[in-house]
Amino acid sequence: MKEKPDTLEQAVLTEYKYGFVTDIDTDVIAKGLSENTIRLISSKKNEPEWMLDWRLKAYNHWLKLEEPKWSNVKYPIINYQDIIYYAAPKPKKQLNSLDEADPELLATFEKLGISLNEQKRLTGVAVDVVMDSVSIATSFKEQLSEIGVIFCSISEAIQLHPELVKKYLGSVVPMTDNYFAALNSAVFTDGSFCFIPKGVRCPMELSTYFRINTENAGQFERTLIIAEDESYVSYLEGCTAPMRDENQLHAAVVELVAHTKAEIKYSTVQNWYPGDKNGLGGIYNFVTKRGMCKGDHSKISWTQVETGSAITWKYPSVILKGDHSIGEFYSVAFTNNHQQADTGTKMIHLGKNTRSRIVSKGISAGHSQNSYRGLVRASKQATNARNYSQCDSLLLGDKCGAHTFPYIEVKNKTAIVEHEATTSKIGEDQLFYCKQRGIDAETAVALIVNGFAKEVMNQLPMEFAVEAQKLLAISMEGSVG
Amino acid sequence: MLSVKNIHANIDGREILKGINLDIKPGEVHAIMGPNGSGKSTLASVLAGREEYEVTEGSVSFLGKDLLELSTEDRAREGLFLAFQYPVEIPGVSTTNFIKAAVNEKRKYLGQEPLDAVAFLKMMKEKMALVEIDQRLLSRSINEGFSGGEKKRNEVFQMAMLEPKLAIMDETDSGLDIDALRIVANGINKLRSPDRAVLLITHYQRLLDYIQPDYVHVLYNGRIVKSGTKELALELEEKGYDFITDEVDLAANQ
Repeated sequence: MKEKPDTLEQAVLTEYKYGFVTDIDTDVIAKGLSENTIRLISSKKNEPEWMLDWRLKAYNHWLKLEEPKWSNVKYPIINYQDIIYYAAPKPKKQLNSLDEADPELLATFEKLGISLNEQKRLTGVAVDVVMDSVSIATSFKEQLSEIGVIFCSISEAIQLHPELVKKYLGSVVPMTDNYFAALNSAVFTDGSFCFIPKGVRCPMELSTYFRINTENAGQFERTLIIAEDESYVSYLEGCTAPMRDENQLHAAVVELVAHTKAEIKYSTVQNWYPGDKNGLGGIYNFVTKRGMCKGDHSKISWTQVETGSAITWKYPSVILKGDHSIGEFYSVAFTNNHQQADTGTKMIHLGKNTRSRIVSKGISAGHSQNSYRGLVRASKQATNARNYSQCDSLLLGDKCGAHTFPYIEVKNKTAIVEHEATTSKIGEDQLFYCKQRGIDAETAVALIVNGFAKEVMNQLPMEFAVEAQKLLAISMEGSVG
Repeated sequence: MLSVKNIHANIDGREILKGINLDIKPGEVHAIMGPNGSGKSTLASVLAGREEYEVTEGSVSFLGKDLLELSTEDRAREGLFLAFQYPVEIPGVSTTNFIKAAVNEKRKYLGQEPLDAVAFLKMMKEKMALVEIDQRLLSRSINEGFSGGEKKRNEVFQMAMLEPKLAIMDETDSGLDIDALRIVANGINKLRSPDRAVLLITHYQRLLDYIQPDYVHVLYNGRIVKSGTKELALELEEKGYDFITDEVDLAANQ
């Protein structure tokens, strides 16, 4: 039999374009984790006593936990003593303006398409950038503060708004929640903090850009967003990392709190380094994201476009506590080569007349494994809870896998839960059909994937929808020869 | 326009086509008939450029170009169209978007500007009327959940939109009831023109009641064993394929 090239297989062989390393002076602490490490991090950040106590409590709890093994992913044992828990570009002094930032740093972010220069930035987007363990800069801070919106790094919030941090930190994701959340609570180094006061509709997109630069460093960021009554905010995070042969750990915690009639829209474009085509290197993305619809008529909406990471383990969830509250989860997860993704959501219906909607689109190529795992729970009090879930999988070729693990727990008879799932495959037959119409294989795959992911892409803020679509296209580049 | 010379083709090491010769001029309609397994669909696949088939011998020239040197998509852009026996479903891609991509890829290849939305819509409207296709079908994912008749009609609609030089209709009549067959055949007839050739591949004569071929060829065991005019098709209808195949088998055994 003639050896014919598998066009789909070729499609997936693409270079990661954010894989460069910035050569910059970095303040790095020694590898390893102990109480001393935590004290060191806390003192480097000049933290108050209560914060250190909180961290130590989390650390002591973490010591008692075991790494979870239930997800549908395989990876070698992580040596937590072989990770650097703090790495910060020097100088670490507080910057008064972006002009003071290291030019090398500014150039790095320019290269990533993130201009930190406010004049050059898209109007309507404020950005906080986090490199390794620290926040480097936050733009449009002053304009936002005029209307009472606080948008800064979490380290800064700990210093300047301790009452808010104390009140909300760990209120949605307790430090005892799970293994990685406990670890994060002990060692988190930076992240973003947003506070939208009552009645304010945040006039610009808030955005955080995360970058891991230092070798062997783990990134443990912590994001906290609070929307007071009748407020609205749209927040977006993006992330990249250099190409390295070692796996790097990223264990973040994101907490959202929506009070009465408030709405939080949280979008993620995740593009961590996925490892090379043989599965060497890449980021382990073990993240806990959860939102609390605390007040009546509140709404939290998660949208994620996941194309990076060697392993993704994340379930952005919503606790629907307030009556008439709404939770949404829109996800596109693309896995290629040897990537593994186990992602989905949890919708916990506690209040009356709560509604949730889940739209998950998994795309697997190469030898990758893509799992949707989702829980819908309607508690006893959740009268008239409604959920609609739709999980679609698209397979490119026949060496990859798609899996769906829906969990449904209904304790109230008036609740209605619907689940639909489909699996389809881009096969050589479909490609031949397209090619016979004059559409080359690469365009055909893009057409099919975009059609498949459209419903989720439409949920992204305008400014990022184009970027996300490009990202999908780049991830697939070369998928077809 | 199309000149097939001594084509031999294999799939999985098995020889299916064993020396096909065929000449088609602009405006002509040729019918290729033959029993199941004779190689009819293989011929269509080889001409369109399906990769599973390996051409081991022979040559094909199409509009003066070496067809076998062209990629599948370039053959299409040069004006070769294959109406599939089993049109493929592509979930998530609307028929309209799909055809728009196809039309514009072809235009790009020919050095033309892409059609804008208005011009494209106008063209769609014209061709829709020509092949009697329901607009609602076009906003649905391509071929997904279409009935057999709708799929075939959609093939003819795409043919109308892409305006090929040579259209190969692979068993376009299979699985159609008499009404659907009439509509599809009418569509094809309307697309006949002096500079467009059609190659009809069919098992049954009944399609030829609607579309009058200029020539009929009988394919058997990988070779064209008899060629004639439409009367040959009628004779086949009456006597069955046996009257030809027996003769061929007999000759082969001697």
